[in-house]
Amino acid sequence: MNVLAIFKREVRTYFTSPIAYALLTIFAVICGFMFTSILTQFQRASFQSAMNPAMAQGMNATEWVVRPLLRNVAVILLFLMPIVTMRLFAEERKMGTLELLFTFPIRDVELLAGKFLAALAIFLVMLALPLVNILMLAGLGPLEWPAIGVAFAGLMLLGMTFLAIGLFCSALTENQIVAAVLTFGAALFFWIIDWSADSAGGTLGQVLSHLSIIRHFDSFQRGVIESKDLIFYLNFTIFGLFLTMRAVESHRWKG
Amino acid sequence: MIEVENLTRFYGPTAAIQDVSFRVDQGQIVGFLGPNGAGKTTTLRILSGYLPATSGTARVAGFDVFKESLAVRRRLGYLPENVPLYPEMRVRTYLDFVAEVKGVPRPERQRRVAAAMERCRVDDVANHLIGSLSRGYRQRVGIAQAILHDPEVILLDEPTVGLDPKQIIEIRQLITELAGQRTVILSTHILPEVEMVCQRVIIINQGKIVAMDTPENLKAKIRTSARVLLQVDGPAVAVREYLERVPGVHRVEERSERADGRIRYLVECAPDRDLRRDLAAAVVRQGWGLSELRPADVMLEEVFIRLVTDESAH
Repeated sequence: MNVLAIFKREVRTYFTSPIAYALLTIFAVICGFMFTSILTQFQRASFQSAMNPAMAQGMNATEWVVRPLLRNVAVILLFLMPIVTMRLFAEERKMGTLELLFTFPIRDVELLAGKFLAALAIFLVMLALPLVNILMLAGLGPLEWPAIGVAFAGLMLLGMTFLAIGLFCSALTENQIVAAVLTFGAALFFWIIDWSADSAGGTLGQVLSHLSIIRHFDSFQRGVIESKDLIFYLNFTIFGLFLTMRAVESHRWKG
Repeated sequence: MIEVENLTRFYGPTAAIQDVSFRVDQGQIVGFLGPNGAGKTTTLRILSGYLPATSGTARVAGFDVFKESLAVRRRLGYLPENVPLYPEMRVRTYLDFVAEVKGVPRPERQRRVAAAMERCRVDDVANHLIGSLSRGYRQRVGIAQAILHDPEVILLDEPTVGLDPKQIIEIRQLITELAGQRTVILSTHILPEVEMVCQRVIIINQGKIVAMDTPENLKAKIRTSARVLLQVDGPAVAVREYLERVPGVHRVEERSERADGRIRYLVECAPDRDLRRDLAAAVVRQGWGLSELRPADVMLEEVFIRLVTDESAH
């Protein structure tokens, strides 16, 4: 099975190089720090609400801790995901191994699928880290698990768009740093693209606001799956992977 | 086994190869010979399915390299010139990976990997990191990778470049062993290599094929006369004039001298006559010292240089 062979090699490479360890460590530390800070605030607010019963309305851990935490995780992903994808094509191009892969009996789409799934696997391992924080919280009181599940699904979809952008940028250059910078730039641009929506106004404004990759996360964060947001993320990812295919194919023509 | 017709490839406005046509039969070892930048790598890349041609067709084992690329790639092993391997992988893990991508069925995989490692003599470094291997070992891992799925055709781009003399001999021996049922094309700019390893030579220069034949025939083509090399101790001009008067001699050429200060004479004579006895007798008759006498064979170098310079003179 070709895709599986590519997938296994890529995952192994993440862990034979220091990349995966560095990523997971930094991610765990930052998530943990954010979780502690948010939890401390929640604790203070809980004490105050004990004096003032009116404030206690709607105070629960899912609303006050999990949601802000996952929103912050989305921001950290913006910074860290370029590092997950930067080497996938750039390194192979630089070392010339891509030329050899192209002469193996494997379709370009299988090669791309193997690499995408490997990056997705690393990303899912990363997502398990804030989940550990949340499980610690679960020991203290009831949580709205379905809503949390939906929020995680949203994070996964958001992460997939980062992966698609990253794979495309990695296929454009043989320099990993350039690939990472391009990925971060493009992802940030799509994050803030709706800032100009108000001034643009009209149809253009609507289009710009629809293109924002973080705006579609709002519904997931609230624990609601809206089909337009789901479809946006899937479309964005598929389109990014399609562009990656084109970029990979163009190496052959250029030689 | 390999049929190439009017293959042309442009990089922008410049043609890397132009109108290249040739055939290679099953079981042959063919040398692709040419100076650097002649188009050897481009031709191999097209055959390997990596690079599409601008025009023309190439078929490997009956399949079109462009339209039926996967079928061709299943039957072909390729080693690019710079031997691209993954330095962070171990030899066995790498070959396992290649076998899996190349679709070797799981029950056979271990056996095939072991066989390829033994054949290329890399089994003693099976658990080493590829990045820590010497150039010679890496080359052999590269060849092991190419033969893993037992391909009908093997393409090797400059397989001996950058190796020390001992490693070169080992790799050449390995290539000769690999042939047999398999068809091998190797590119090189080292002439003796072609004479030693290949049954046929394709000489390519500036993107065009300038000659295609067995090494022997190519040499015979430019050998219009038999040649004898003499080293004589005697007055240079007199020796030369005297040798020219020996019956059957066409031409005498003085060969410029090396450190020993002695003069050698290259005597060209009719191809069907062996004048060595006559020449020796003539020199002795004059009382000169004869310190060397041997037939001068045509080197493939001369064929090559003649063909390549003729072509560039246009």
